[in-house]
Amino acid sequence: MTAVVSLRNVAKSYLRGRQQVEVLHGVDLDITAGEFLALMGPSGSGKTTMLNLIAGLDQPTGGEVQVAGQRIDRLSRAALSSWRAQHIGFVFQFYNLLPVLTAEANVEVPLLLTNLSGKERSKRVQTALQLVGLADRGKHKPNELSGGQQQRVAIARALVADPTLLVCDEPTGDLDRRSAEEIMNLLQALNRTQGKTIVMVTHDPKAAEYASRELHLDKGRLVDEVARKAA
Amino acid sequence: MKYFGLIWAGLWRKRTRTFFTMASIVVAFLLFGLLQGLNQGFNTVVTNLNVDRLYVSAKTNMTDGLPIAYSARIKAVPGVRAVSHWTYFGGYFRDAKNPIPAFATDPEPLFQIYRELKVKPEYMEAMKKTRTGVLVSEQLAKQYGWKIGDRIPLGTSIWTTKQGSSTWMFDLVGTFDASAFGGFPSFYINQAYFDENAAFGAHTAHYFLVGIKDPHQATQISKQIDALFANSTYETRTQTESALAQMQLKQLGDINFIVNAIVGAVLFTLLFLTANTMMQSVSERTPELAVLKTLGFSDGKVLTLVLIEALMLCVFAAAIGLGLATFVFESGALRRIFGNFGMPLIVMAMGGGTALVLALVSGLPPAWRARQLNIVDALAGR
Repeated sequence: MTAVVSLRNVAKSYLRGRQQVEVLHGVDLDITAGEFLALMGPSGSGKTTMLNLIAGLDQPTGGEVQVAGQRIDRLSRAALSSWRAQHIGFVFQFYNLLPVLTAEANVEVPLLLTNLSGKERSKRVQTALQLVGLADRGKHKPNELSGGQQQRVAIARALVADPTLLVCDEPTGDLDRRSAEEIMNLLQALNRTQGKTIVMVTHDPKAAEYASRELHLDKGRLVDEVARKAA
Repeated sequence: MKYFGLIWAGLWRKRTRTFFTMASIVVAFLLFGLLQGLNQGFNTVVTNLNVDRLYVSAKTNMTDGLPIAYSARIKAVPGVRAVSHWTYFGGYFRDAKNPIPAFATDPEPLFQIYRELKVKPEYMEAMKKTRTGVLVSEQLAKQYGWKIGDRIPLGTSIWTTKQGSSTWMFDLVGTFDASAFGGFPSFYINQAYFDENAAFGAHTAHYFLVGIKDPHQATQISKQIDALFANSTYETRTQTESALAQMQLKQLGDINFIVNAIVGAVLFTLLFLTANTMMQSVSERTPELAVLKTLGFSDGKVLTLVLIEALMLCVFAAAIGLGLATFVFESGALRRIFGNFGMPLIVMAMGGGTALVLALVSGLPPAWRARQLNIVDALAGR
């Protein structure tokens, strides 16, 4: 299987005041196309840092990060922006929708960076909203939607530009159990029916059960791996 | 264009704050338009004034007046083409709220000096034959619906009649075309009628108007006229039309300085207000801007979005303010005072330029801050 994501000896450290904090220590990881990977671990273990490196939001202090066949650890800020627009769909814990825009307009935002016509953008937005079951809520603003619905809109936004990789940071972290299950079912369906490669950071073991592989991080090192058969 | 919705929505994120900021900019540019418009208008009027006309007034003060008998001596000065005179009558029609710019004068030479004013010969003849006659500009006649043959009562708070009345009666004998002066409203009465009826101030004039044959001799003739009356009871001061206009404007203060000082202070304050609004707006939207960057918006694109937002705020509000100023300029109230005095195009251009500068200066710091935003820190709330 082809590795969509390949991390080799990746290290990351931050400067906190005068102190150098080592967050990741020489991590090696391959994620293959069509995989649904759950990254677990206690707070401060480096999960989100690793996710940010894979999504091109941050740069490692050592090692190589290759995503979709490209070394992204050497790209400039400007090149990374355009790379993210093309390859990454991001789902946040707190949805992070733009509150002044309707659901449709929120989903359309990544498409503004493409050369698609207004008509084509609108068509794609409707398809994405249909995919997450919110075709009838397109005109609603985020504050008129429930938490689960807002996260569905965020997933539609992440999918609309058809990215190589879907990156989810605690996607159920702000949801009740029922809404969390709905979101996880949706992500699993996207992985299984659409073949979307998904990398998800979560604290929630129940959410991790939806993934096809589960990795545990502790103190910046991969310590455990659980592989599941597709249901 | 495709980013318009995103920018517009960002602009109105806090409706009340944006509304009040916009209202401040509208008021500032209304003030800018009105003051700069008046300033430019005065400058244009002064620049376009004729140089073959001289104005002679009392050296001490225009209101002191000069004996009308000076007229013949001035006319005898070589190079002088015609001499007339003005006594400011003022007055109002029906109500003091309707001021009328009326002058007692010798009409025939007046129209020879002001060749831009067009009067029909029959009206001038009628004026000469009618002591109580009055010639008014077409615009003023139209404004009050006066027709030839109408008897017009004019109230005055200065010139009471010998009978103790503050109302003078005049007969409209003709109108004249004053379009060369933007239709400037004027009301000319016979000096003879004024002298006969005024309780005081008869046979004196506030200004002698002197038409000269060669504008190049204006300075020399001015000196000659003043020399004629040097060391007399009523010494004179002779000036060209533009010098007089400038002096009268100076009496109101240095309009240029005042206007520029007021507008400068207003815009300087506005700069801080707009910058503060934009700074707050960007600060509140830090996570949203980080999300845009996460989705692939480059640093430059985010900077541009914030700058365009500031531009939309300033330019949109400035356009409303300047539009209102234009509307005020074309309103009846100002036209009654200044005639056809439109908003000069240069003021619109200056206003547009100022709005652009305001937007760039106030928008650049928050835009730069948005550009420099680190995604990871911003999303983590650091």
